[in-house]
Amino acid sequence: MRNDKIIVGMADLNAVKSPGVLTTLGLGSCVGIALYDSVNKIAGLAHIMLPDSTQVQNNSNAAKFADTATIRLIYQMRRLGARKELLKAKIAGGAQMFDFHATNEALRIGDRNVVASLKFLEVHGIPVIARDTGLNYGRTVELYAEDGKYLIKTIGHGSRFI
Amino acid sequence: MVDWSNLRHVEIDTLKEIGNIGAGNAITAMSAMLGGSIKLEVPIVNIVEFKDIARFLGGAEQIVIGVLVQITGDINGMMMFLVRKESGAILISSLMGEFARGRDIDDFTEMELSAMKELGNILASSYLGALAGFIQKNVKPSVPFLSIDMANAILSVPAIEFGKTADQVLLIESVFGTNTDSLSGFFLLIPDVPSLQLILTALGVRRDA
Repeated sequence: MRNDKIIVGMADLNAVKSPGVLTTLGLGSCVGIALYDSVNKIAGLAHIMLPDSTQVQNNSNAAKFADTATIRLIYQMRRLGARKELLKAKIAGGAQMFDFHATNEALRIGDRNVVASLKFLEVHGIPVIARDTGLNYGRTVELYAEDGKYLIKTIGHGSRFI
Repeated sequence: MVDWSNLRHVEIDTLKEIGNIGAGNAITAMSAMLGGSIKLEVPIVNIVEFKDIARFLGGAEQIVIGVLVQITGDINGMMMFLVRKESGAILISSLMGEFARGRDIDDFTEMELSAMKELGNILASSYLGALAGFIQKNVKPSVPFLSIDMANAILSVPAIEFGKTADQVLLIESVFGTNTDSLSGFFLLIPDVPSLQLILTALGVRRDA
């Protein structure tokens, strides 16, 4: 195993060149937005908590929201030499950890995070080529800058590359 | 943005007292049900960054059983009862009997999970009942919800609620345990920002608006 994994915390983001590896531990209702430039072999990962920075009062941390995290992540990746038009996205997470009643919209935050992530990636013209989202369990993810593979690990629900 | 770092000592001490009274009441209920002596440690008021939210549970990927109760009424927020998987097995065996230790979490039966959920419900209700009496406010618990998963994934739920108004989470942690076996666990009271202010005002330790 590699020892050089960079941990991306909750409401955090980071970008690396090959052969770097980015990981985020225990995604629940949050979404891990993974971006990859396969030509320049540059990967970026954002761990977003909320859909939209314009809907809350406290929006000082760009990495916390799908809209601002996407912008910030693209910027960081370009600084490493990535090109926006080459970026492709994979997303994971957005689970509903507790079986809240479906009628309570505010608590279906996992779904809303996924929808927002897809929306803002589309705004930037970044195609989403794979996703592992929803359901009711947590996911640890690893993004490999060498080949753009996105490893999803779970408790009791298997592991897979997407 | 809400900044927790300006909480005064007297305010922190008051929140600890809430943890003491609430968890003390819950522990009494648990001791009665399980028939053993359970000790409560001095509560801790922790103000943590989102990325460190699972540190007290033993790390982001620690497998925990979480029972969550939403709080409405005068106070809004979430109450959680959290145990590591091993402690969950001890609790379930105390309640149900005949639980082979070392079984996988996949092996918990519906009946066992239901018992665990109900235990969490009783404990959360005891905690919140004591809180309501202490602050003389209406505190209504929801039905309980249960999840077994990585600590970070479970705690993302209250973190997201908090994330709307703050960049840190305020946790009132009450740790309990027994001398005889490895049973230990956590009560977590997570009031939202206005509720926290209301609690402090109700108890006369906050002067500002």
